[in-house]
Amino acid sequence: MDYNWHWGIFFEQVKAGEETYLDWLIAALGWTVSVSLVAWLIALVLGSLVGIARTTPHRWLRWPGAAWVELFRNIPLLVQMLLWFFVVPELLPENLSLWVKRDMPAKEFVTAAVALGLFTSARIAEQVRAGIESLAGGQRTAGLALGLTLPQTYRHVLLPMAYRIILPPLTSELMNVFKNSSVAFAIGLMELTFTARQMQEDSEQGIETYLAVTVLYFLCAFIANRVMALIERRSRVPGYITQAG
Amino acid sequence: MLAGFDFSVIPASLPFLWEGLQFTVRLTVIAMTGGIVFGTLLAMARLSGIAPLASAAAWYVNLMRSVPLVLVILWFFLVIPIVIGHPIGAENSAIITFTAFEAAYYSEIMRAGIQSIPKGQVAAGYALGMGYWPTMHHVVLPQAVRNMAPVLLTQTIILFQDTSLVYAIGAKDLLKASEIVGRNYGRPVEMYVFVAIVYLVISLALSLLVRRLQRNIAIK
Repeated sequence: MDYNWHWGIFFEQVKAGEETYLDWLIAALGWTVSVSLVAWLIALVLGSLVGIARTTPHRWLRWPGAAWVELFRNIPLLVQMLLWFFVVPELLPENLSLWVKRDMPAKEFVTAAVALGLFTSARIAEQVRAGIESLAGGQRTAGLALGLTLPQTYRHVLLPMAYRIILPPLTSELMNVFKNSSVAFAIGLMELTFTARQMQEDSEQGIETYLAVTVLYFLCAFIANRVMALIERRSRVPGYITQAG
Repeated sequence: MLAGFDFSVIPASLPFLWEGLQFTVRLTVIAMTGGIVFGTLLAMARLSGIAPLASAAAWYVNLMRSVPLVLVILWFFLVIPIVIGHPIGAENSAIITFTAFEAAYYSEIMRAGIQSIPKGQVAAGYALGMGYWPTMHHVVLPQAVRNMAPVLLTQTIILFQDTSLVYAIGAKDLLKASEIVGRNYGRPVEMYVFVAIVYLVISLALSLLVRRLQRNIAIK
């Protein structure tokens, strides 16, 4: 093996600029975290709606829900990113299209958050659906028999249990969002993976660069995992859900 | 709007796109085969009860599963030439990376499958005088594979879609080929739509297949 190690590289200045490589990585971490959290929010809201729709007795809600899931689950995330970035603006009315292409602020960030959010929403929808379906059918019937409307039954009977049941898969999904945000490199969002490639080229210290970035991804996953474990502990129903994490 | 789209570049460049799709499929099949073989070995190592072996396998699996695939692709692309002393090209690097990466995911599926077999069957195998490997080979694995076949295939659909990430190192798969065509003919938008439809159709077809398989081969 022939490689020149240089761990001090992070404190050196980048080739064209005043900042150090460490500054680059910190800014990149900020983009990774913010795009992941925004996408997660989008995914939670839309995924819950779609997942709930798929468990209702109404066919005109179930069918579009199923189509949503299949659409966003069967196209690679990278291709979805490129579609949102290059194709969707072309489909908009002309004025809006021009605005999106030329003037929209933080275009890469918005596109990446939307693409990652919708992609993840299909996966969350499946988990929400599985959570609701895992409850004994009697709970729904009991709610309705007590005179609750269908929305009330969801709000007070089904969803509080369903969300608690799916917390562990939601935890891995949140960790996936952080990992999947790396795909945003392809549309030029200056997140960790994009910056890693840039720093590798600029500094020619690839191994140190990728090691540092790997550690930062670990950190994100670890914190996400701990936060979700805390929520899991706080929301546990005594005697119902087995102890975890 | 859509009216301004011109899809006529696609028929003209079909042979080129076909080459790209062939690489995508080849990568998927090799990574699936290799991933299942190495994944099974990893799973057996984790369940072997030999502490150093089990923890080494656990470390490998957890490491691979907590790093983004794109980063793993970049890692291997950077490190393989340093280790072996000469570049091996984006395509070969992709094949090695995906096999190593997918092994971690397949191993978790295999482990769940192996653990789904009642302990009594392993005990029965030992009681009949079979050792660890014969028991695995003749009793546990045939059933585990059957239980796990739908999940293994679902993972393969994910793998098929994930192969698009070789984009990061410029390997010429379906996506890259489409992009090159789009750039050469000045029709990138049409080509992105085309590539999305191809992935959608293939993945949907595969997932319908998995659903049918799930109904047919389940051990009742």
